[in-house]
Amino acid sequence: MTATLTRGAERIHAAFARARAGNRAAFIPFMTGGFPSAAGFPAVADALLAHADILEVGIPYSDPLGDGPTIQRASEQALAGGTSTRRTLELVRDLRRRHDTPIALMTYVNPIYAVGPREFMRLAQEAGVDGLILPDLPPDQDLEIADLAAEHGLAVTFLIAPTSTPERVKLVAEACTGFLYAVSVTGVTGTREGSALAEVPAMLALARQHARVPVAVGFGVKDAATARQVASVADGVVVGSAFIQAVQGGQDVGALAAEIAAGCGR
Amino acid sequence: MSLSLPAYPQPDARGRFGRFGGRYVPETLIPALDELERAYLDAKQDPAFLGELDRLLREFVGRPSPLYLARRLTEHAGGARIYLKREDLNHTGAHKINNCLAQALLAVRMGKKRVIAETGAGQHGVASATAAALLGLECIVYMGAEDIRRQALNVFRMRLLGAEVREVTSGTATLKDATNEAIRDWVTHVRDTFYILGSVVGPHPYPAMVRDFQAVIGEEVKVQLSELEGRSAPDAVVACVGGGSNAIGIFAPYAYLPQEQRPRLIGTEAAGEGVDSGRHAASVAGGRVGVLHGSMMYLLNDPEGQIVPPHSVSAGLDYPGIGPEHCHYSETGVAEYVPVTDAQALEALQLLTRLEGIIPALESAHAIYHAVQLAPELGPEGLIVVNLSGRGDKDVAEVMRLLEKERDAGLLDKGPEQLIAEVLA
Repeated sequence: MTATLTRGAERIHAAFARARAGNRAAFIPFMTGGFPSAAGFPAVADALLAHADILEVGIPYSDPLGDGPTIQRASEQALAGGTSTRRTLELVRDLRRRHDTPIALMTYVNPIYAVGPREFMRLAQEAGVDGLILPDLPPDQDLEIADLAAEHGLAVTFLIAPTSTPERVKLVAEACTGFLYAVSVTGVTGTREGSALAEVPAMLALARQHARVPVAVGFGVKDAATARQVASVADGVVVGSAFIQAVQGGQDVGALAAEIAAGCGR
Repeated sequence: MSLSLPAYPQPDARGRFGRFGGRYVPETLIPALDELERAYLDAKQDPAFLGELDRLLREFVGRPSPLYLARRLTEHAGGARIYLKREDLNHTGAHKINNCLAQALLAVRMGKKRVIAETGAGQHGVASATAAALLGLECIVYMGAEDIRRQALNVFRMRLLGAEVREVTSGTATLKDATNEAIRDWVTHVRDTFYILGSVVGPHPYPAMVRDFQAVIGEEVKVQLSELEGRSAPDAVVACVGGGSNAIGIFAPYAYLPQEQRPRLIGTEAAGEGVDSGRHAASVAGGRVGVLHGSMMYLLNDPEGQIVPPHSVSAGLDYPGIGPEHCHYSETGVAEYVPVTDAQALEALQLLTRLEGIIPALESAHAIYHAVQLAPELGPEGLIVVNLSGRGDKDVAEVMRLLEKERDAGLLDKGPEQLIAEVLA
């Protein structure tokens, strides 16, 4: 495996280290690029960045099969407003001018292929992206993308799930250079199932045997209480649908971010 | 029929046919796909499974389906003899049931009591609901709101069969979105649910498995044609292609023959209002390589990777991609893919109906159109087999609407002679 860390990986690891030093799990809010509109996105992102250790920005996609209705609708709205792949990267570039917080870009794999993997990485690097989160790309499906990302200074994050066998956890964990993303439930984003986090501790124990990078947990974390639950076992907490809903409902996104960020303390 | 499934080449270790296919899915599904692949490969070797499938195909579906020489169509086309593989005579009216029964049997074998399916026009949904009723499985069918509106009769049929039809309103509310929703259901209920995928698309092992379950079509043709014509391979095989399951079913037994023994394999893609119009579903002619529903394939998608909604008069071809093995056939020259427009399919539907007394599905009419074009080129010694993948009952209301529109525009009331002249023009 690669011995030297990319710049993006270093910045992401440092963010986790700072949180750990503060006796917290890293707080990683998610927002769909161009949501609620291209013009409205920067203010929402700013509000999240005021509390985030890492910001996750999603490229809106027409067929997001790992996402529940909330993020699907956000994607549709962003696309309808004219934000697709390149525009999302421009929005990130704009954030980068004002913020130093690491930014991880979540994208389904088709936009990478459509733009061209090398060109995509070049654009991402130029925009100031630190890492990629790839929800529909098991690492053994494309060995070139991680290499191209590394060449452009970007970290990569792949996902594991409660159904993952020890062999898959090992394979995925070893492929991650940014952080490892553990999906809390069998399901899509924004799940509301009651026992959502029951499978997390066992999955994390397995993940830690193989991961040389921090492990963050997402899906089903929606408030300070669920964040606290996850923060007690994970290095990072990812929260997405709750912020989309807050924007839709006209709530104070910054206040919700502050509340959940506080929940990430141990 | 023999108690074995054909041993065509399987995709490579990463589930690829050449550079196409694969498993671009959330990691949650990888163990389920591994489990499915193991169960499938195991069932393929099990005489009990194969015997039960064979019995159902014969007694329940009505296989083998006839291979029918369309004399009047041949005469009017003026060239090669045109045979029709009558998948339209299967129980539930199309080839879809071949695959649904096999997958439902596999679900039972794997101990899954809940099956899910996606559907566009409703044919795969009806076939899945039928198999589920037969085997006592809970069945949920995802269908786009737009398709539910257009195919009310099939929706009722599925409900009558005991299936739950769930309306999908996301995206374009059509087949691709119904497929997304079925995959989301599977991700959520993966431990107790079997996903009956309806075409040779999706993540590995679906494209290879669905091919193997549909290949009964082509294997029967080889035997039937030998009896009727003294040779197992025609000069050309023509089938319509959306995802491509009926086409692969009739191509596969020929696709791996040495080139000199291989008939021309021709898939007709839905060109809608024309490949240049932007309103079509011709993924080979008008798409670029991309990933959808877990598989790398030719795909209608824009330069930034967003899927472009397809269009076809036939809901069964209204899919933005085409199965990975077809992509590989296209790239390696094993098969050709030609566009046929809505208007051409509509003419071919009327032609076959008037000349042979067979109302084909609008999907299959795309293949009929091309066969009529091809017949003179091959000459009277030539043999063409067309996969008549489904019957047209489901399309009658839509055809009536389209023809009334044409008549109102002063375009209709053509006799068969005029229709034929136009089709041949």
